[in-house]
Amino acid sequence: MKEILVISGKGGAGKTSLTAALAGLMAPCVLVDCDVDAADLHLLLQPKVQETHPFISGQEPVLDASRCVGCGRCEELCRFEAIRLSPAGQPGFVPGACEGCGVCADHCPAEAIAMTPRQCGEWHRSTTSAGTMIHARLFPGAENSGKLVAAIRKTAKETALAQGCDFLLSDGPPGIGCPVIASLSGVDFALLVTEPSVSGLHDLRRIIELVRGFEVDFQVVINKADIHPAMTADIEDFCQSQRIDVAGKISYSRLFVETLRRGHTVMAHPGSEPEQEIMALWKHLSSLKAFQKTPNNDKETKA
Amino acid sequence: MKVAVASGKGGTGKTTVSLALAAAAETPCLLLDCDVEEPNCHLFTSAEPWRTEGVDVLVPEFLGEGCDGCGSCVRSCRFNALAGFGRKVMVFAEMCHACGGCVLACPHGALREIPYPIGRLEFRHAEGFELITGVMNVGYAMAPPLIRQLKTHLPTSGLAVLDCPPGTSCSMVTSVRDCDFVVLVTEPTPFGLHDLRLAVETLAELKLPCGVIVNRAEPGVPLIHDYCQEAGLPILLEIPLSRQIAETCSAGGGLLDACPDLKEPLQALLAQTLPGLLAGRSVAS
Repeated sequence: MKEILVISGKGGAGKTSLTAALAGLMAPCVLVDCDVDAADLHLLLQPKVQETHPFISGQEPVLDASRCVGCGRCEELCRFEAIRLSPAGQPGFVPGACEGCGVCADHCPAEAIAMTPRQCGEWHRSTTSAGTMIHARLFPGAENSGKLVAAIRKTAKETALAQGCDFLLSDGPPGIGCPVIASLSGVDFALLVTEPSVSGLHDLRRIIELVRGFEVDFQVVINKADIHPAMTADIEDFCQSQRIDVAGKISYSRLFVETLRRGHTVMAHPGSEPEQEIMALWKHLSSLKAFQKTPNNDKETKA
Repeated sequence: MKVAVASGKGGTGKTTVSLALAAAAETPCLLLDCDVEEPNCHLFTSAEPWRTEGVDVLVPEFLGEGCDGCGSCVRSCRFNALAGFGRKVMVFAEMCHACGGCVLACPHGALREIPYPIGRLEFRHAEGFELITGVMNVGYAMAPPLIRQLKTHLPTSGLAVLDCPPGTSCSMVTSVRDCDFVVLVTEPTPFGLHDLRLAVETLAELKLPCGVIVNRAEPGVPLIHDYCQEAGLPILLEIPLSRQIAETCSAGGGLLDACPDLKEPLQALLAQTLPGLLAGRSVAS
């Protein structure tokens, strides 16, 4: 089983549209949406939710107001601006600011604060036409997005192995922070989606630096390549200078938005330009070593 | 007035709108690029930084002397950033949330805090406004400390625009917190609508007022309008779907270069619409 991640650095480069299109070509596969705070893959793959589970991770403080003496020690020690004192000196916890370190509880002289397990979101196991999909919703402003990503990847991996699938396909989050790092560690191949713009190239350079740190095999795909041919050429030159292979180019097409509005992918339109370009991309990818079927290797027996 | 420009979905045009707002402003404006993982505002100005400031967090360093192997520090850490081996403690700085709990927990003074670099702030005199960009070091996972440091440069009065990271998790919340108004930039696609709903839900929890800019707007696609009407959200501006805008911005140009007609509506947004909405809100509350 090979774990393939679609990732971009910059948001809106086309990760989800490309992931959904590739899913049909890799089917039967297992899908995982690692963009847990703004998951969108389900809008294209129309999963039927089979199971929903709470995601409990880390802790949050709870105040016992009857014990609080209003000394303000908690507010003074908190490094996250997560505590604001009322005029009477009682702490209020700022939504989305607490990182769950427990310093306020551990050092409250009146023992008025307790740390309790925190539900940060929920995750689902669903079925789609391409295979099982694991997806999640991190609660607004919640911490621990990286841990939620790690948890759903683990479930997805176990599912893929149990079902004997050749591929686990991940739709990655934007950026280079904790959910991206959690999406990237240990995958077999990362497909870096970029677009021909100054922002696209800038963000590509940063994500490449990150991916190289993980020693993950990767290639680049240039989406909306014809929007700015000179910038596309700059990206190709940059990749060549870095000895990075460009796996394919996809032209800007209204068909992406039109099919999205109808809740399916461009692959439902055989012969269209996007369908042809994605088929060519898949032909290239499926010839790569990272995409070759593996017999039960030690990684699988361990899991 | 502190105006945050956010969106659930990435790539909807937050940076384009932030830069256009800052460029159109008739009063002095400070633009903060809070998308510290992938900051882009500086790519649209030719100005070089006139000042750069390193940003550190405080992580523990094990001093050794005094440690009796009691394990208080290891037990106090909820992030598994410390491991104890007898009278020796190992620190995993990249796991550390810099809460300071371990140093407080050690009864023997065997730990102290030392700076750990996580990124930098870059200050630029851009064309018509000041820009401060947060840049997180590649490989570091946690953006909020850098965003908090960036936001210490917010002025107490005057206009500030904050270009926020995508999503609805801690980085976005840290960026929008304590702003006066949040401008949500979206596009009329199911992705845009879905992520707009998530962002609106998040801002409701934070009790922050917001309005919507529809980017890549197309006549006859009511998706966002229908939702905004239902949710009682004002549509502040529509930016038309245009290949010319896409091409100009791809090459590092601004929205107002491609579409000078938008300057007046953006000025009206800053000078009239947003102050009006905020005044109405304070009367209502």
